Amino acid sequence: MNAPDRIAAADALEVAGKAYRSRLLVGTGKYRDFEETARAIEASGAEIVTVAIRRTNIGQNAGEPNLLDALPPSRYTILPNTAGCYTAEDAVRTLRLARELLDGHALVKLEVLGDAQSLYPNMPETLAAAKTLAAEGFQVMAYCSDDPIMAKQLEDIGCVAVMPLASLIGSGMGILNPWNLQIIIDRVQVPVLVDAGIGTASDAAVAMELGCDGVLMNTAIAKAQDPVRMARAMKLAVEAGREAFRAGRMAKKPYEASASSPEGGLIAPSGSARKKTA
Amino acid sequence: MSAPIRVTLNGAPREFPAPLTFAQLIEELALAGRRLAVERNGEIVPRSRFGEARLSDGDRIEVVMAVGGG
Repeated sequence: MNAPDRIAAADALEVAGKAYRSRLLVGTGKYRDFEETARAIEASGAEIVTVAIRRTNIGQNAGEPNLLDALPPSRYTILPNTAGCYTAEDAVRTLRLARELLDGHALVKLEVLGDAQSLYPNMPETLAAAKTLAAEGFQVMAYCSDDPIMAKQLEDIGCVAVMPLASLIGSGMGILNPWNLQIIIDRVQVPVLVDAGIGTASDAAVAMELGCDGVLMNTAIAKAQDPVRMARAMKLAVEAGREAFRAGRMAKKPYEASASSPEGGLIAPSGSARKKTA
Repeated sequence: MSAPIRVTLNGAPREFPAPLTFAQLIEELALAGRRLAVERNGEIVPRSRFGEARLSDGDRIEVVMAVGGG
């Protein structure tokens, strides 16, 4: 292992007591086919991948390929979501089915939507569902608004991670309110992951530079012109942003330029003549 | 032979010969061996009980799988 790899290995993302090397979590929707899904996720380096739970197509699935064959749970931590649920009850039912589907697996992504246009989270329903799920032993990673009070309440309920949106799901608009994210990062002890709104690599890097513990995205990769290449870009962006955060950026000095090259020893010290005229 | 049972399967009405266990239902639907989960009237039917648990007339059954999603 070379030096940079050692640094990265020591900096694991810990969720519900389990350590992950990658701080990039990815969705599996909107790809052309399972082959492209598998290649993009491989390139992203993600270890946690989200899936949705849907009715099986009755009577038309002989030989139909299965997502979990392309993404074996032995290799990836499968994170079932509640996408499309608008009530706490539907979300809880969906995740109970997911737990049965995945042999008792407890780590889940809770999202309870408020309306179909914005896909903005319904926080009262999200909090209610989180309470029920935590009581039933689920490890809940909760998609939420970027409201620090909501994030704190989710933590108090027992969520293992809070996942505020950067902007609307699938919008690719990037981080619209870094100040709110910063407050959440400062106030909440559990991991904070930006979920939704990432459009390109710089958005992911900014999220990590703010101090987010991770980033979850789907559309930014799946709907890029070249999803596999974008997946790799996102991997690098998350790593770069994380390292920049850990390194600690220089102070911003808006009114003060500071030359990086020595000021003395110039072959034609033209500036010195002007300095002396004072 | 007993009367057929009528159930709602993934939102659609279906009829099956009775008696019918969940294992037989899965077989009947050509879903054997697939990774899925089943709910009856809002309650999980564990896979370990597929062999013995029987469908009842009027049951609302959901059979779900994992699909791509964010």
